[in-house]
Amino acid sequence: MRRVGIVALNTFREAVRDRVLYNLVFFALAMIAASILVGQISIGIEQMVIVNLGLSAISVIGLLIAVFIGVGLVSKEMEKRTLYALLAKPVRRWEFLLGKFGGLLLTLTVNTIAMAVGLFLALSIIKQSDEHPEAAVLVAVYFILLKLALVVSLALLFSCYTTPLLAILCTAGLYIAGLFVKEMRGFQSETMSRALQSFLHGLSYVLPNFENFDVMAAAAHARAIPRALIAQNTLYAALYCAVVLAAAAAIFTRRNLK
Amino acid sequence: MATAAIEIENLTKDYPFGFLHLKKRTSLEGLTMSVENGEVFGFLGPNGAGKSTTIKLLMGLIFPTAGTARILGKPISDISMHADIGYLPEQPYFYDYLTAAELLDYFARFHDLSAQDRKARVDLMLKKVGLETARKIQLRKYSKGMLQRVGLAQAILHDPKVVILDEPMSGLDPVGRREVRDIILELKQAGKTVLFSTHILSDAETLCDRVGVIVGGKLRGVGAPDEIVGIRAQGLEILFEYTGASDALQGLLSKATQTGTRYRMQVPESALYAAMQQLCGVGAKVVSVTQVKATLEEYFMHLVEADRAQAPAVEVSGK
Repeated sequence: MRRVGIVALNTFREAVRDRVLYNLVFFALAMIAASILVGQISIGIEQMVIVNLGLSAISVIGLLIAVFIGVGLVSKEMEKRTLYALLAKPVRRWEFLLGKFGGLLLTLTVNTIAMAVGLFLALSIIKQSDEHPEAAVLVAVYFILLKLALVVSLALLFSCYTTPLLAILCTAGLYIAGLFVKEMRGFQSETMSRALQSFLHGLSYVLPNFENFDVMAAAAHARAIPRALIAQNTLYAALYCAVVLAAAAAIFTRRNLK
Repeated sequence: MATAAIEIENLTKDYPFGFLHLKKRTSLEGLTMSVENGEVFGFLGPNGAGKSTTIKLLMGLIFPTAGTARILGKPISDISMHADIGYLPEQPYFYDYLTAAELLDYFARFHDLSAQDRKARVDLMLKKVGLETARKIQLRKYSKGMLQRVGLAQAILHDPKVVILDEPMSGLDPVGRREVRDIILELKQAGKTVLFSTHILSDAETLCDRVGVIVGGKLRGVGAPDEIVGIRAQGLEILFEYTGASDALQGLLSKATQTGTRYRMQVPESALYAAMQQLCGVGAKVVSVTQVKATLEEYFMHLVEADRAQAPAVEVSGK
C-alpha cells in the first residue's frame, strides 16, 4: 500500500500544479457574493436557494473534474509514455491504478471541502430562520463525494480499454442512466415483453444507483438524513468502487502498452 | 555455473491488426539469446527491427505471444525483480510538472530508500548526468537531450544490477554522447550488466563486449564486434611505391588507387602471393600489407540488405 500512496500523492501534486484547485477560491467567493444577492431578491427561502445552488455547484464541478481528469489518469500516462519509466520500478499495475484513483479522490475531497466551506460561509451570512440545515448539508456533501468516487472508478475502468473520448461518453452515459434506476426498476408496460421487463429490472441492479446519493431536497429543507441511509450509501459506494476497480485492474494488467 | 543476467528463449510477439484484429503482424520472431553477467551488450537493428519490442517485453510493458525470458534468474512477469533493474525508455518523457530533482526523488521512493539516501542519490545522479544547475527547473522546460539525461539518471538511480537502455544516445549532442559512453563504461567497471539498443554503430563497436543484430524481427547475428565482422573479412590491402612504366603492372594497376607514387590495392588472400611476386618482379617497393576488416556498419548493412532481398538468414556463431 506504500507504493499506492506514493502514486496517489504524486497524482494529487499533478492536480494542484495543473491549477485544477484554483476554481475553489473563485467558487467560494462566488458563493458568498451570491448569498448577498439572493438575500436581497428572495424572502423567506434564501437558505433553501443557497443550499440548492451550493450543492448543485459542488456536484457539477466535482463531476466535471471526476470525468475529465479521471479519464485522463491512465490514458494520458499511456499516450505520453510517462508510464514506461514508472512501471519499470517495482510497482504493480494495480498499485498504479489504485494510486491514481486515490490521488484523484484526494483532489476531489480537498476540492469539495473547500467548496463546502464557501457554502457554509454563504449560509452564515444569510442566516435568518430557525432551521439548521448544516448537518444535512454536511451529509449531502459526503454523498456527493461518494458519488464522485464511483464516477472516478468508472472513468478509470473505461479509460483502461478505450479511447479518452469514448471513455468520457461511456462514463457520462452510465452516470445519466444511473440517475434513473428507480424508474427502470418500476417500469412496466403492456406493450413490453416480459423478457425485456426482466432484463431492465436486472440491469437496474447492475447500473450504479446515483439516485440514492441525492439528498439535496432534504438538506435544503433541513430534514435529518437517516443514519441507515448514510451507512447503506457508504457500503454501496465502497463495494461498487471495489468491483469496478478490480475489473479495471484486471484489464489494465493484461494490456499491452503502445 | 553462473546464470546469465538476461536469458531469452524463443520470444515472439505478434500484433493483431485489421477491423476485427484477425490479421497479425509479427514484430519479433523466436528470439533466443542471452546476456552474461557484467557484460555490455549492444542490440543493433534498423527502425522497426524489433529492438524496442524486445526491451518492452523484458520490462513487462507488453506481453509475449510465445516464449519466455528471465532476468537475474527471475521470470519477467515477476515485478520484484524490477528493484534490480534500471530502464531508460526510447525518447523518454516524464511528468512535466515536476523538476528533475522531484522526479528522481519520486522514483527513488519506490526503492525503499531513506530520505537521506534518496537525497544523496538524487544529488549524485544529477551531478553525474550534468544537470545540477537545472535541478529546480520543471521538466516541461527541458530540451530533448536534457530529458534523455534525466532518463539515464532515473535508470541508474537505485544502483541496479542490470541496466537496459533503449537508444540512450538518441537526441544527444557529441558531448552528451561522450558522457553517456563514459557512464556505460563506469557501469561496466562496476560489474553491472548493460543491454542497450542503438543505431550508432561506432558506439556499439567501442562499448560492447558483444552485439546482437536484429533485422525484420529475427536475430541475425550475435558475437563480439571483432568476431562478428571478421566473418566477412574482405581480404588484404597492399600499399606499394612504383615509379616504373605502367605497362609492366598493367593487370594490377588497374585495380589500384594512386596517390603520387604510392598505390593502394585490395586483393583476396589467395591472390596475395602472386601479386607480391609480380610487384617484386618489376621492382615495386612494398610499404605494407594489412588485413582489411569489414566494419560493423558494413556487416550491419549487409544484413539489412539481405533481409530486404528476402535472403535466408546469415548464420553467425555466437559465443
